[in-house]
Amino acid sequence: MAQAYSPGLSVTDSIVLRKQRILPLKGTVLVKKGDKVKAEDLVAETHLPGNVLPMNLANKLGVSANLVMEYLKVKPGQILKKGDILAENNGFFGTGLFKTKIVSPIDGEVESISHHTGQILLREPRIPVQIKAFIDGVVVDVIPEEGVVIENKSAYIQGIFGISGEVTGELKILVKDGNEELTDTMIDASCKGKCIVGGSMVSLKAIKKAIEVGVNGIICGGIDDQDIKALLGYDIGVAITGHEHLGVSILITEGFGKIKMADKTFALLKRFEGKKTSMHGKTQIRAGVIRPEVIIPIEFKEEELIAQEAEMPTLEPGTIIRIIRQPNFGEIGTVTRLPEELHTVESETKVRILEAQLENGKKLILPRANVEVIET
Amino acid sequence: MSSERLNRIIATDCGSTTTKAILIEYIEGEGYRQTIRGEAPTTVEAPLNDVTRGVVNAVQELEELARLKYKNENITFLFDGPNGEKEILIPRNGDKGVDAYVSTSSAGGGLQMMVTGVVANMTGESAERAALGAGAIVMDVVASNDKRLNHEKIERIRELRPDMILMAGGVDGGTIKHVVEMAELVSAADPKPRLGSSYKLPIIYAGNKTATDAIKETLADKVELILCDNIRPTLENENLGPARDKIHDLFMEHVMQQAPGYHKLMEWTRGPLNGKLQNIPIMPTPAAVGNIMKTIAQEEQIEVLGVDIGGATTDVFSVFTDEYIFNRTVSANLGMSYSISNVLASATLPNILRWVPFDINESDLRNMIKNKMIRPTTIPALLEELVLEQAIAKEALRLAFIQHKEFAVSLKGMQQTRDISQAFEQTTSGGTIVNMMTLDLLVGSGGVLSHAPRRHQTVMMLIDAFLPEGITRLAVDSIFMMPHLGVLAEINPTAATEVFNKDCMIMLGSCVAPVGKIKPDAVALSAEIHLPDGTVFKEDIRFGEMRLLPCGLGQKAKAILKPGKGLDLGAGKNETREVELPGGVVGIVLDTRGRRPFVLPSDNSRIPLLKKWMKELKAYPEHILS
Repeated sequence: MAQAYSPGLSVTDSIVLRKQRILPLKGTVLVKKGDKVKAEDLVAETHLPGNVLPMNLANKLGVSANLVMEYLKVKPGQILKKGDILAENNGFFGTGLFKTKIVSPIDGEVESISHHTGQILLREPRIPVQIKAFIDGVVVDVIPEEGVVIENKSAYIQGIFGISGEVTGELKILVKDGNEELTDTMIDASCKGKCIVGGSMVSLKAIKKAIEVGVNGIICGGIDDQDIKALLGYDIGVAITGHEHLGVSILITEGFGKIKMADKTFALLKRFEGKKTSMHGKTQIRAGVIRPEVIIPIEFKEEELIAQEAEMPTLEPGTIIRIIRQPNFGEIGTVTRLPEELHTVESETKVRILEAQLENGKKLILPRANVEVIET
Repeated sequence: MSSERLNRIIATDCGSTTTKAILIEYIEGEGYRQTIRGEAPTTVEAPLNDVTRGVVNAVQELEELARLKYKNENITFLFDGPNGEKEILIPRNGDKGVDAYVSTSSAGGGLQMMVTGVVANMTGESAERAALGAGAIVMDVVASNDKRLNHEKIERIRELRPDMILMAGGVDGGTIKHVVEMAELVSAADPKPRLGSSYKLPIIYAGNKTATDAIKETLADKVELILCDNIRPTLENENLGPARDKIHDLFMEHVMQQAPGYHKLMEWTRGPLNGKLQNIPIMPTPAAVGNIMKTIAQEEQIEVLGVDIGGATTDVFSVFTDEYIFNRTVSANLGMSYSISNVLASATLPNILRWVPFDINESDLRNMIKNKMIRPTTIPALLEELVLEQAIAKEALRLAFIQHKEFAVSLKGMQQTRDISQAFEQTTSGGTIVNMMTLDLLVGSGGVLSHAPRRHQTVMMLIDAFLPEGITRLAVDSIFMMPHLGVLAEINPTAATEVFNKDCMIMLGSCVAPVGKIKPDAVALSAEIHLPDGTVFKEDIRFGEMRLLPCGLGQKAKAILKPGKGLDLGAGKNETREVELPGGVVGIVLDTRGRRPFVLPSDNSRIPLLKKWMKELKAYPEHILS
């Protein structure tokens, strides 16, 4: 039987974390094994090939493609400055009068010239790409020409959904508990450059205020779908995010709508208030799942850096679970029994179920597919 | 191809999340049957990084269940291979081993291709058809006339990392300029393959033959260039076979070789062909589904439309016309979990809500859909949520079908000769070949259709989304077995079709729907139906009604069906049809809600009407419809 429940999201006060920081193309690694790095430090860089600009010389010169070679003033591989002559004809009846000169519109180099189509391809200068460490830690491995592996010990929270890329900042709690909404009035200039924490929901007004004062990150329980649409200007169709340039990164811990941030998550964030935090909103739900993360580096000795093998959490009596679908969406409970037989739920769907007791003592029967294990 | 008697066959489909294994056995007196199934998580990602681990786990489940079923501890499908790892035992010796093992795969994102052509809706479309027919996801179609500037095309080609590229363009002997120019753009982009950096990107050139030398000169140094017959040798001809075959070869040689563990799996898939034990190529899952659909259409001489609605994508397959023209489309962002939010964005909220027989807060619905997207494995426990998911499914299916109809067309750009009788017809080259009136069988597959708590709901979703016309049989793939049977058809079509009919398809029943415009209170269908239990159903059914009549699996009902004035049931306007209607697990549905156009009211009458239809179809429990 395939696994019939979601493995859940990690929320832990201490984990040995390994982060691969890899270039999109081969390049140069700037640090060496054993180096201590800060989140802001560059660890690798490369250059992407420049954009290509095609130009049809045959059309511009008014000759057939196979004659283009006769008028060329450049050759493949040649470095160019903007304004350099690429090709030139002999002018009116070969007299040199009224010559047509084709000049390079860019700095770059000649990629290729075709006698089949009369097309010249010019390539712009290479574009530098730099990779930062993203987390404070130690370089434990160098992958030559590609990147590094950085390790540290952190308090660590996986979110369910997020927007925008990697940021760092000091953690600042703005609400009294996981139930309280994060509103615009709570955000002021003291939040600048920080990662702020709200409770059950962050409103559109609050996000706009955060962008205005220069907040780096927002961590919250829920968000309204319509607010995201208003913010981005489009509806998120498929959950692949992280490339947005909002001016602030957002990480949602529970889901869409107003949902109380789990007590454990809130307590953990509160405990580390004031600490430097790395976070990102990158989310990908399809194959090769990526979840947004909050990483709060903690003091460690290098001998402590022994990463544990990733294990699949088990569902058994006593396991703490979060309900991830209606009814009782967002509530936390403890598994009391795991009956083997299939059970018919209200929708008449026959499913494998579990019995659980909520924090308020209420007992429930839940489809196993609708819970996730809270990893400890 | 041979049809030797194979007594025990294992077939697996390595999907992106689950590897599904089935056991097919020859049973005396019954023929080929699917007897046992097992599944296990697919293991192409870390930490296991080896697809065969998932296959072994799924086959191990088959083995255990077979021992239990036949109370025989000696049954063994696996053995310890030379390096201590378990492998599938072939050939069979008594209870030990199996006669053949075949597999399909869509793990790791399936086969992802980019295609190029010169004219987007001619050679570009032919190339896309070839790639889709071979089971690929087409990431983009780049054509000389696609309105993007050349540098934008280069950027696009560079940012995509396909598994391979299919280049088409030009008829044989025609101008070479445009197709060579496209090759130059591809060369400038220097695209890299999606998996592995150690090999060159395969590019199949299937365009104007005259341009071959120039294409070689432009591309041969940078990519793995494979030459193939032109897919559009003349405007009037499309020749997709050679390109599809090359795509399959390359899928095996390049893409599968890069995927973790596939080099092993490719050695495991073996069976007797022409009296010798030979390797059976692994097929991309959608190609296998297409294969079984074509086989069935040809064997039964029918027109078939099939749909597989998954979490991320919806595939539509069809076989239409006397030439059994096969078409497949993938709606890459229409699905019921990962892509559910995109269904909302594409269909718009009012179109989803028009299928919902109660009022709901829009914001709640939007958040529910987004929560399903981020937690794709959850299931609707509440009845209201089930109704909402099925409303979304109807729209996803409807949109995927529109895309299919637009794609499944006759060749564009052909010159047509017409006689005087055709002069006033509106048919043009490039019209859709999907004809719902001549369609015989509509097959649904995928979680929301296969696992609906009531089969009545499956019937309702298929009818509402596809709006079948005239008389159409409806069926559902019981456990998504079509891929397995599609690849099995390669070595044993008899076994594949027998299992398809006996175990794969669950016949739901028939749908009768007159087509045409009629006044709201007029009689749309006069039906006299002799049901298998001896009763006779006789009614003049007015426009806007639904009826569900009992007619079980394997049973047939004799029917005299007279369409209302000006309406057509497939024999022409006003023509009565005397037919036998096949039954199924749901029965016979008479649908007089209208076709061309089918309109749902947008006023206060909508909810009572929906409830009435749903009640008649027994789609949901009474209490939610009262």
